[in-house]
Amino acid sequence: MTARSLEPAVPQQGAAGSAVSGPAPRLDPDATAVTTTGLAKRFRGGQLAVAGIDLLVPHGAVYGFLGPNGSGKTTTIRMLLGLVSPTAGSHTLLGRSMPASAAQVLPRVGALVEGPAFHPYLSGRANLARLDAADRTADPSTAGRRIDTALDRVGLTAAAKKRYRAYSLGMRQRLGIAAALLQPRELLVLDEPTNGLDPQGTREVRTLVQELASDGVTVLISSHLLSEVEQICTHVGVMHVGKLVAQGTLDELRRSQQPRVAVETTAPAAAVRALAELGLTPGPIEGRHVTAALGEAEPEKVLAALVHAGVPVRQFTLDEAGLEDVFVALTGEGFDVSG
Amino acid sequence: MSAAEMSAVATAPAVRRPPVVSTRFLRSELGMVFGRRRNLAILAVLAGIPIVIAIAIKVTAPVNDGRDGPPFLFSITANGIFVALTALTVVLPLFLPLAVAVVAGESVAGEASLGTLRYLLVVPVSRTRLLAVKYAGALAYCLAAAFIVAVVGTLMGALLFPIGPVTLLSGTQVSYGAGLARLLLVALYIAAMMAGLAAIGLFVSTLTESAIAAMATTAVLAVLSQVLNQVPQLDWLAPWLFSHYWLDYGDLLRDPIATGAVTKGLAATAAYVLIFGSLAWSRITTKDVSS
Repeated sequence: MTARSLEPAVPQQGAAGSAVSGPAPRLDPDATAVTTTGLAKRFRGGQLAVAGIDLLVPHGAVYGFLGPNGSGKTTTIRMLLGLVSPTAGSHTLLGRSMPASAAQVLPRVGALVEGPAFHPYLSGRANLARLDAADRTADPSTAGRRIDTALDRVGLTAAAKKRYRAYSLGMRQRLGIAAALLQPRELLVLDEPTNGLDPQGTREVRTLVQELASDGVTVLISSHLLSEVEQICTHVGVMHVGKLVAQGTLDELRRSQQPRVAVETTAPAAAVRALAELGLTPGPIEGRHVTAALGEAEPEKVLAALVHAGVPVRQFTLDEAGLEDVFVALTGEGFDVSG
Repeated sequence: MSAAEMSAVATAPAVRRPPVVSTRFLRSELGMVFGRRRNLAILAVLAGIPIVIAIAIKVTAPVNDGRDGPPFLFSITANGIFVALTALTVVLPLFLPLAVAVVAGESVAGEASLGTLRYLLVVPVSRTRLLAVKYAGALAYCLAAAFIVAVVGTLMGALLFPIGPVTLLSGTQVSYGAGLARLLLVALYIAAMMAGLAAIGLFVSTLTESAIAAMATTAVLAVLSQVLNQVPQLDWLAPWLFSHYWLDYGDLLRDPIATGAVTKGLAATAAYVLIFGSLAWSRITTKDVSS
């Protein structure tokens, strides 16, 4: 796909528009999996939960939808799926306008919304059978096989006949994911899928998402923990207080925060002078350490210039910003803080 | 376009064309309604009432001393079929409305409080279809509730008392079979009356995310309607109350059947179903599902 600017996050109207009006949108390679235009939700109390966002999830992407708790991620996901009607804006799923095309689109979308929810007195298997029965597009003759496959995929085969009431939090989460996998899907919307899972379970979900993505399924995965999705995402969008403050590929996001060079030397003052001559703005000297944002300069040339200026360099390092730093910069707070 | 996208397009699963009529969801709903232990326990309690009545009459052989008792009570020793009619009369004011209030009140609110409503909607189940299936489930329960009382009553009556030609309210005697046909009509009429209450319960159920609140509200409305119906000062209101025609099933036991009140009762119930069904529909199709 084409490179996308980080800010402002503007969807490619042309591509999305042609996908909507095309005769066979499902086969249109330019169709995006998710596009929103100015999508906003103001609750009746007057609280603006989502302040007009332009999401763009390309086909085949694993899109990490990040933001602190309360930043509007779940409300956005509910709007995407037609559970909550937006107060402004519009959106498409798989190239079709929502909620008008919900009946055609949603069978191709698997979703886990704000945690799993099932009937406690039914078994895991019976709960999936219930959801499958509700699906008019599901073939009843393959229901048993599809349910077993979904249960197997999330490792719940042994607990299939247990009542949901007796499931641990992790098993419940797995059942929720199994429900999203009852049918072959083109888009998976997973809201905090690793909530309540132990590290092993988290790894398994990550592996599962990667497997699905490699099958060509587009995945929108929300999390308030960057570390949980960083390894599997191709794209990210960052929410903060109802706004989409950044969107793009992981690399684009990383690049948005400038890398810094750090120099350890016995002559820090000379190093500061040399860096300043290169056009960098070094920070204050801390003992034998001097740092500066790299800007457009190439790190190799910076080192050469330092040596050329006679600065006795003991150590020269290039600190690329971690994504965590980027997020802190974008959201102005740590990731576990409720917004 | 990346390889991943290519494969996404290539392997894009064809969505199966849905059949014109599918009863799978309805059957699943019926399984939920009649598979729940609580709902079965309520049916068992309802079935217990004709049993208790039959045994009590058999043991005590009451004499008609002029004190008030349910109609038909003193006819039981003469003909077992009146066990069923007495039992229906006994359950109609409170037990039956409570049973219906539980199932109808839970219908949408129960799914909302569990959070399963959002998962049904993203399956996707259209909101109209969800409402229709939920109401169908409640209707089936109304029928089951009325019929279990009638059937158990008939069986207990046949077991403990003589059966034979039935003397109707108008004094005419008809065969036992014709009497059973009248009993069937009575049970259907009572189930239809409960269908009106179920529509009210369905609407209440779309207003809240608490199943208990919806059940309680529906039950309170059922009782309130009957209380208001008894207040002489509110006579003008009575014909508009949904419980006003509940007891008119007696007209089905005349020869010929007096259709006036019964027809009005069915029409009033149809109006209630229409009004509250529409209210429930307009509510569920516009509400934000945030549970």
